[in-house]
This record gives sequence, structure tokens and C-alpha cells, in this order.
Amino acid sequence: MELNQLMFFLLAGLILFFSVLAITSRKILRAAIYLLTVLIATSGLYFMLNYEFMAAVQLTLYAGGIVVLIIFSILLTSHISHKFEQPALANVFAGALTGILGCGVAIWSIIKFPFVTTTQPALVVDMKVVGTQLMNTGDYGYALPFEVISVLLLAAMIAAIIIAKKGN
Amino acid sequence: MIQDIPIQYFLIVSTTMFFIGVCGFIIRRNLITMLMAIELILNAVNINFVVFNKFLFPHQLQGHFFALIVVAIAAAEASVAIALFINIYRRFTNIEVENISEMKY
Repeated sequence: MELNQLMFFLLAGLILFFSVLAITSRKILRAAIYLLTVLIATSGLYFMLNYEFMAAVQLTLYAGGIVVLIIFSILLTSHISHKFEQPALANVFAGALTGILGCGVAIWSIIKFPFVTTTQPALVVDMKVVGTQLMNTGDYGYALPFEVISVLLLAAMIAAIIIAKKGN
Repeated sequence: MIQDIPIQYFLIVSTTMFFIGVCGFIIRRNLITMLMAIELILNAVNINFVVFNKFLFPHQLQGHFFALIVVAIAAAEASVAIALFINIYRRFTNIEVENISEMKY
């Protein structure tokens, strides 16, 4: 087995194992840390695909930003030593059934589907290419979604401040 | 460095992760853990976008930028959701979904 295959299976195992732990752990802070491990292993997958910028964004924004936000809100709203009671059996049954059935159907169709690769030469993705395409308005330019997302972020920030503000 | 790893392997990992997230969303009863399940789902979708971009259309960057935008939307969604949870906690002093059944106060 090649080294990169070994690396892939290590990352995939980490992702699956810790995502199962993140939804079954009965201590909420531990669940957040398991989620952090899943997100870091995902950025390892992006590094394997040679998308360094995407991996860096994943590490800083997801693993750095969102998980810290979640941990802060856990500390504000619940006791750390508090343990969840066992979920109702009907809920566990419904969740597991949905997961296994959906997973089976999706994986079956993935294995059946013939994926066709394009014949065009591959683009070397470095930071310069990413920057020009993100700010470009012509062909292969993504300036409009960039602007839309910045307006959305501003709106979300104002909404968060107004909602969480004390009193009226 | 993705020689001898077929695209199906990546897709199977992301599909399994997606349905683990769905399962967690059904099982969990606490608002923050449900938010964490949603983050798992969004992350699985991101892996799908990036992998399709790399394997099927390596001459452009559409999936890459779409994944970037999904990350930004996840950040916005998490911040608004957590502001809501903190507000809910102020009124009800817990954030279990069973105890929060009315919006009037």
C-alpha cells in the first residue's frame, strides 16, 4: 500500500470515528472537541487534494472560528460536568434507520455511477490564481458571489448583535 | 498526491459523514449539539464540492469557490444561531428543545 493511500485511510478513519463520537458523546464539551478533530482531519483531506488555500480557510475559519464560538456558547449555557440523559429508544431507532438507509442508497448510487473526467489540462492552483479568479469579473471570475457573501456576513453580524443584546 | 485513490473513496467518506450528521440531528435534544450536527452536514457537503472539482473538472475552480462560500455561510449561520441560543437561555434558563415550545414571552 502506498504512503498516500495510508494517509487517506488514516484521515478517513479519523473523520468517521470522531464524527460518530461527536453525535453520541454524553458530555457536551467533549462533543465539541470531537467536532474539532473532524474539522482538522477534513483540512488534511484538502491538503491531500493540493488545495492549500481551502485547507487554510478550513483550519482558521472552521476549526479556529466556529468551534471557538460553539465552545463559548457551551460555557455560557450549560454546566461542564452535566451529562445528557440517554436519548429515547424510538429516537435512536429512527435516527439510525434514516442514517443507514440513506447512506446505503447514496453509496449504492455512487458506486454505480460512471464518473467521466474532463480532458482539459489541469490548472495549477496557487495563491495567485485563486486571488485573480476571486476578484475577476470576466470569464472564470467570482467577484459577484464574493460581494454577495460579504453583504450576507455584514447582515449576519448586525443580526447577531441585535438578537443577543440585553433589553430593548 | 491523489494517484491510486479513486473518487468513490472520497465520496463514500463524505456521504457517511453527511448521514452521521443527519442521524445526530434526529437523536440529539440539545440546541447546541444539533447545531454541531448541522456543521457536520455542511462539512461533508464541502468535501463533496472540492473532490468533484479536483477529480472531474481540474481546469477550473468552481467547486473550490463554492466550498469557500459555504464555509462563510456556515460562519454566518453559526453566529446568528448562537445569538438566538443565548437569548433563549436568558428567557428559559435551558436550551433543551423539549422545554422550549412557545415563542411568546
